[in-house]
Amino acid sequence: MPDLSRWLNAHLWLVYVFLYAPILVLMGLSFNRAGMPTAWTGFSTAWYGKLIESPEITSAAFNTLIVASVSTVIATMLGTALALGVSRRRPSSALEALLFAPMIIPDIVLAIALLSFYTLLGFTLGLHSIILSHVVFNIAFVCAIVRTRLRHFDYSVVEASVDLGASEFTTFLRVTLPMIWPGVLAGALLAFTLSVDEFIIAYFTAGPGSSSTTLPMRIYAMIRFGVTPEINAMATIVMLFSFTLVLVSQRINKGTVTRS
Amino acid sequence: MTMLRKLAAAAAAATVALAAVPGLAAGKIVISNWDGYMPADMAEQFQAATGIEMEVALHATNEEIMGKIVAGGGKGYDVLFVSSPFAEALNQLGLAAKIDHGMIPNLANLYPQANELAYDPGNTYQVPYAWGTTGLCYRSDLVAGTPDSWSDLLNPDDALKGKITMLATDRWLMAAGMLARGYSVNETDQAKIDEVKADLIAAKKNLLAYDDTTFYSKLVSGEASLVHAWDGWCNYGTAENDQIKYVIPKEGTDLWVDTMVIPAASENKEAAHAFINFVLGQETGKWVAENIMYKVPNKAAMELLDPGYVAAFPNIGYDPAEMLKQEQMRDLGAAQKAYTKAVSEITASQ
Amino acid sequence: MTPRLRSWLLMLPGIGWLTVFMIVPCLIVFFYSFFERGTYGGIDYIFGFQNFSRAAEPVYRTIFLTSARIALEATLIAVVVAYPAAYAISLAPKARQTRLLLLVMLPFWSNYLIRTYAWIVLLNREGLINRGLRGMGVIDEPLPILYNEFAVVTGLVYNYLPFVILAIYASIQRIDPSLREASEDLGAPGWRTFLRVTLPLTLPGVAAGAVFVFVLSIGNFITPDLLGGGRLQMVGNLIYDQFLSARDWPFGAAVSLVLIFIMMLLLFAQAAAVNRAQDHGRAA
Repeated sequence: MPDLSRWLNAHLWLVYVFLYAPILVLMGLSFNRAGMPTAWTGFSTAWYGKLIESPEITSAAFNTLIVASVSTVIATMLGTALALGVSRRRPSSALEALLFAPMIIPDIVLAIALLSFYTLLGFTLGLHSIILSHVVFNIAFVCAIVRTRLRHFDYSVVEASVDLGASEFTTFLRVTLPMIWPGVLAGALLAFTLSVDEFIIAYFTAGPGSSSTTLPMRIYAMIRFGVTPEINAMATIVMLFSFTLVLVSQRINKGTVTRS
Repeated sequence: MTMLRKLAAAAAAATVALAAVPGLAAGKIVISNWDGYMPADMAEQFQAATGIEMEVALHATNEEIMGKIVAGGGKGYDVLFVSSPFAEALNQLGLAAKIDHGMIPNLANLYPQANELAYDPGNTYQVPYAWGTTGLCYRSDLVAGTPDSWSDLLNPDDALKGKITMLATDRWLMAAGMLARGYSVNETDQAKIDEVKADLIAAKKNLLAYDDTTFYSKLVSGEASLVHAWDGWCNYGTAENDQIKYVIPKEGTDLWVDTMVIPAASENKEAAHAFINFVLGQETGKWVAENIMYKVPNKAAMELLDPGYVAAFPNIGYDPAEMLKQEQMRDLGAAQKAYTKAVSEITASQ
Repeated sequence: MTPRLRSWLLMLPGIGWLTVFMIVPCLIVFFYSFFERGTYGGIDYIFGFQNFSRAAEPVYRTIFLTSARIALEATLIAVVVAYPAAYAISLAPKARQTRLLLLVMLPFWSNYLIRTYAWIVLLNREGLINRGLRGMGVIDEPLPILYNEFAVVTGLVYNYLPFVILAIYASIQRIDPSLREASEDLGAPGWRTFLRVTLPLTLPGVAAGAVFVFVLSIGNFITPDLLGGGRLQMVGNLIYDQFLSARDWPFGAAVSLVLIFIMMLLLFAQAAAVNRAQDHGRAA
């Protein structure tokens, strides 16, 4: 199938072009002298300078990182466990509904519901309340992806391991987890991405003040004046940082062979 | 604008003592406001003047902060900046604290008319921060003649079709239609609402978009030639391109007021009052007007404005006595549902 | 430990979390759907089903149908574009696959709003695409590709494509290559192997991806708001408006319940269809 794979690769590269075109646009605009995204008036790195002087944006970015990382870790653990628990059982409508629900409930409803709930409990809001709320939809997405992976899971390998005397935990760590790892990773990636971009639930469940403001919240409030190159500069930095992270993780992983 | 900012900063630094309220214990307050609607170093100036720390939370729309306050009770916030109909609603819902005039001597700086606003005569639960009108903002080099009527927006010349935007917020969108027909901006009669809705559905065909936030940059880029705008926003456009002009249509407009409200749940009401007093100071008020390019109801501040500034941005010089003749937007009570529904139908129409 | 007990222990933390942080709060809000909006936006505790009959009015029905149509368009396009891409990634050398996947996700760690604004820059009348096409002489007049349905669908596809790629990849990855080899050894041409072996086995991933896009699109309100120029009303906008502009929580809750109910029906139908297709695939 060499011909087919050439077409497929061409398609993949087109997809990358589609995905990155707006990114390149915003990176380019971060060097735009003018304050507006619609006219190019000359190259300038002034906005990166302004960014450094703007502690609110950098602290918001930091907060976003914390919220996304912590909620991803929690959601991945809970979601994977949930997927493992569910996949061997007979399908039950109630359970399915429960697992679909966080994806289906409109985010504004969840946002207001959670705020009302926290208020009723007299719960103090802060970054932690955002994390608690983000885990809700992240669990559902992680679970869904891991379940997809588990559909073709060969349980006989697990049983063999147990028969050979390995404990439940060792079996999980040495047999199950490596086999579902791509699914878990995909789910975690998804959860991280969703959390990084989410601002409605974050806005409503955040505490007042900049110690619990996340970047999307900040940006949504700032777009009143259109997107300033400052924000584009921030987005560019985030992108470059992530890109570096990817390269570094590839270096580290060079020795590891991915088992199928 | 940078020059003005530097000028303003220098002036304020020299005279900030005027705004200081003596004898207040240091504390911390949280303000929620629109981004860029207060001078950027307001927090430092306020702390220097009163010793009280201040944190600014941002909201992008009135509706958002209202949702948060209604669901959360306002806990954790000390001063909210909301437009007048929303301040009215907060008060009706019992979420706004009474303003203690004794703690705000600078109230004397306000225009007398600003103490008699229809939605809260005597300023019992809010204090006005900025006010202005809504009208037509346009590129004088791209539009033939001078627009002077709401009909120019709703039934434009062929040359302008597809180059017009209208405000997206339901009250102001409907207000344009109401005023074009000579109705009140607070109209609650369903038959009239339906008439206006039909007009606006027809007008939608000529629109480029509904836009609350980037209409002035569309004017600057030439993507739009005539937009529905709040006066201060139009100034942002004029600052970038002096061909951009603002006009109040002959049928009239609404006088909108952005207010400061102290939530009933605030735990720092004294400090909140100190903040409001600071904002109403003469120098602070002047500084606000110059930086955010809106009119403030602060008579002492407005009189200090540089005449050149007022000449460059004519709507800043609009006489308050004239302005008060315009209708003020009130909360509609039960009729709010009808407005939201009408706007849903307008935006859903093909 | 019995399998049943183990399965419950595994599920308990997740279910517990969802119960406390989703079911209970939402029940509180959905409880309101049986009451009335107070004069200034609070709740008047007058019991009735008027919110539900209101949700069935023509204007709201149209909004539901429009949203479903737009979400469906976005879903179909996303799946058709994502499948070959996911397949291409799965054919790449193992070491590169993770990197390729991360590159797919990377743009989405910038910011949703900024990316949407970047699309506005690309698509507007004086934007890069129009200017480019006019510069090349392909068109004379700028194309109306912004502030309409086209732009909204493009935006939705753009925002959810990586998730679909990820979901499909996860399920392609799991297929035992020996199944494919066996099919080829038995003489089936490539397309037949794909249609009868690969595709049915990857259907769960495709379905999962399609569900993501559809569900996230229908509830989306930023994309129709920004890229549609406010000229489109989708269910997401409607619900947002009810809770925030109209401050009519009861009606907003009712509309949400209707939406959730319809989506649940669709999801169960889809799950049943996938199960049937899988049985077919196994039998083939």
